[in-house]
Amino acid sequence: MAGTARPRRRLCNCYLMPTQCLPATGAPTSAMSHRSFIWICLLPLVLVTVAFFVLPMAQLVAVGADGPRGAGAYLAILTEPRYRATLINTVLLATATTIATLMIATIAGLFLQRHRFPGRAVLIAMLTFPLAFPGVVVGFLIILLAGRQGLIGAITLALAGEKIVFAYSIFGLFLGYLYFSIPRVILTIMAAVQKLDRGLEEAARSLGASPWAVQRDVVLPALVPAFVASGAIAFATAMGAFGTAFTLATNIDVLPMLIYTEFTLAANFAISAALSIGLGVIAWAILALARSMTGGTVAAAG
Amino acid sequence: MRDRLIFAGQLGFTLLVAAFLVVPVLLSISAGITVNYFRGIQSGVTLQWVAQVWGLYKGEIGLSFLIAFATLAVTLVVGVPAAYGLHVRGGRLSRVIEEIITLPLAIPGLAIALALLLTYGGFGGFRQSWLFILVGHTVFTMPFMVRSVMAVFASVDIKTLDEGAASLGASPWTRFCNVIVPNALPGILAGSLMVITLSLGEFNLTWMLHTPLTKTLPVGLADSYASMRLEVASAYTLIFFIMIVPLLVAMQMFADKGEKQ
Repeated sequence: MAGTARPRRRLCNCYLMPTQCLPATGAPTSAMSHRSFIWICLLPLVLVTVAFFVLPMAQLVAVGADGPRGAGAYLAILTEPRYRATLINTVLLATATTIATLMIATIAGLFLQRHRFPGRAVLIAMLTFPLAFPGVVVGFLIILLAGRQGLIGAITLALAGEKIVFAYSIFGLFLGYLYFSIPRVILTIMAAVQKLDRGLEEAARSLGASPWAVQRDVVLPALVPAFVASGAIAFATAMGAFGTAFTLATNIDVLPMLIYTEFTLAANFAISAALSIGLGVIAWAILALARSMTGGTVAAAG
Repeated sequence: MRDRLIFAGQLGFTLLVAAFLVVPVLLSISAGITVNYFRGIQSGVTLQWVAQVWGLYKGEIGLSFLIAFATLAVTLVVGVPAAYGLHVRGGRLSRVIEEIITLPLAIPGLAIALALLLTYGGFGGFRQSWLFILVGHTVFTMPFMVRSVMAVFASVDIKTLDEGAASLGASPWTRFCNVIVPNALPGILAGSLMVITLSLGEFNLTWMLHTPLTKTLPVGLADSYASMRLEVASAYTLIFFIMIVPLLVAMQMFADKGEKQ
């Protein structure tokens, strides 16, 4: 495949400037050609990716169609009432997480980017340091906050005489995903606010728009690409994350937990493979859609 | 007056969000060094739980570092040349390769782990060694290294530098070592930090890929959350924070520096 098969006397590849194809450049003809060197650079990555990602994913697709239902396993996520209920549950949770995160991060991000005050840097650091906490740790933090020995339980017991514990439910999972998503989304929104043209806001204000109208008609529309990009990440992450749900409770009814229990407890390989392909396709499609809308690069996180 | 009220409201809200993120971490740290969390910090401060965690889980912690640095080595050796190749070659094929290696960022770790298990689960020796986890971590972190290096190539006009060196007669290998790598260094460092941090904290894949003999730090964490008393689980989390937070801070500083340039 590499260009070595064809005789090539000079370094005259399509991407070089025409002037550099002159013999005077003295490109080595005896040494390895530039083209084959590039292929040697790419080869290890291609091998690793094919062996440990492309082939396994193909195998996953094949196993999904290899159960008692055949290829129908891929429709089970929609037709089987139990799986469909879990899918709806997961989508609702991911949607709620995304909307809540966007609202919180927009208020905080706009505020932090528009004001300078002592302690601002510390506040930003506090809001962004949990950026790459693993899901398991986030789950544990939610237990400390709202679990049986949690802070919220202790406070409500002291104030109202009743201990409120919700860590081990879907609301605890919601809180966990919120914890996970806020740092990431705040960073994206702060970066977007920084790039806004303040002149537009001043123009709107000088034309008599109220502060609220300026926010609604000038600032928020300009932030839409940031909302789409960071919202898609929050959504895809909340769809696929497994660690938080695993720590909080194994019986929370979300898609990753369903796949896990089908695989490990029921040894139902075909269904778990089909469901995880379904989950992967949804997460990928959301991110691809966001990317085509914003033109940027968008990726989920564990 | 009105502006001040709005400012105070926004500040209060932002402080509340920060408290939501910081308070659980402080709870966890205090629980990890308290004699009895149920009785509170009055019961005394101790390092016995930290010592107990170290005794119980030092194997897991050590294995995590081994896997993190092995993952870094693989992503460096495979990813950096590939980033150069993809950038210089360009064209549709390079775009396709880049798309494929970026897919693990979108596809949940659980699905990738199942795929690896269903494909290589039968190879007993491989399945039971830590190399199986290394493979998962490599697939998951590779896009971060490749993209971080490619981002630098896009900003320093590496093609002109490369062609300049070529026109002076430098061989591809010499150019790679003396021109490409030094110029890509900021991206390599940022990518390395990312790879180490992600590998140390990776759970979604690792939980599926581990065996009783190949447990990593986050697998041990999940284990301690499920079976140990709260103080031990907190002390373990504290150890994890001590390892991961400096990496996160360094990563953030890198990102800030990159933005300013």
